[in-house]
Amino acid sequence: MSVASAFFYLFSGIMIASAFMVIAARNPVHSVLFLILAFVNASGLFILLGAEFLAMILVVVYVGAVAVLFLFVVMMLDVDFAELKQGFLQYLPVGALIGIIVAIELVLVVGGFTPSPATMAAARSPTPPDVSNTMALGLVLYTKHVYFFQAAGMILLTAMIGSIVLTLRHKPGVKRQDISEQNARTREEAMEVRKVPSRKGV
Amino acid sequence: MIELNHYLTVAALLFTIGICGIILNRKNIIIILMSVELILLAVNINLVAFSSFLGDLTGQVFSLFILTVAAAEAAIGLAILVTYFRNRGSIAVEDINMMKG
Repeated sequence: MSVASAFFYLFSGIMIASAFMVIAARNPVHSVLFLILAFVNASGLFILLGAEFLAMILVVVYVGAVAVLFLFVVMMLDVDFAELKQGFLQYLPVGALIGIIVAIELVLVVGGFTPSPATMAAARSPTPPDVSNTMALGLVLYTKHVYFFQAAGMILLTAMIGSIVLTLRHKPGVKRQDISEQNARTREEAMEVRKVPSRKGV
Repeated sequence: MIELNHYLTVAALLFTIGICGIILNRKNIIIILMSVELILLAVNINLVAFSSFLGDLTGQVFSLFILTVAAAEAAIGLAILVTYFRNRGSIAVEDINMMKG
């Protein structure tokens, strides 16, 4: 067994086991940590496949941003998770049955799959031979798929605006600066000249 | 030697675990969101494996877009979850149909 095969079995074994622990762990914080482990091992698989850029993106974006976002939310929400875990045993038979059926079907389909040489010859954007993976991806992404790239940017912008609008909250009793209201003030309503009688005060 | 079939089998198992997670943890929407992430990761592994073994970069480009959409989906889903928790004090999924008009 070569070193690459050994690493393939190591990464995929740990990834499957930690993915199982994601759905089976009692504590959601442990679930998020196992999700991080699964993503790190998946990026190892990507490196074995020669997709270094995607492996690094997986670590940076998923482990660094998405999983940490999950961790924040899990820790921020003060929820009784033992109560949420109650339906687990109730749904276990049907869940296991559906899982076994789906797994058998998928493995039967992909187990004997071999790509035909005609498929290999029909590659739409073949991998250039003597260029690093990141550069090859950039050469394709910014030329052939540039509209999809822009659309992905729009999706991210929409997600950002949406999540800010959803979670932004104005508390009633807090003083804030309102610039338009400041500019709309006139001299008449802002100050008042009074005659103060001596020894009386206002 | 590791062939394309091995990667496809691993991705199929990961996909199955994701589906089981959605069915088993019907009440806990955080685990459901994580299961969706697992399913998308399985799809990404499929795309990258095909891209690598067929010598076609399109699979990796698509995988990049799936990563983008998955990040957006996680952000929006967690924002809805936080807002829901603020209003209701719990994240029980079966009460969520009160969001309809």
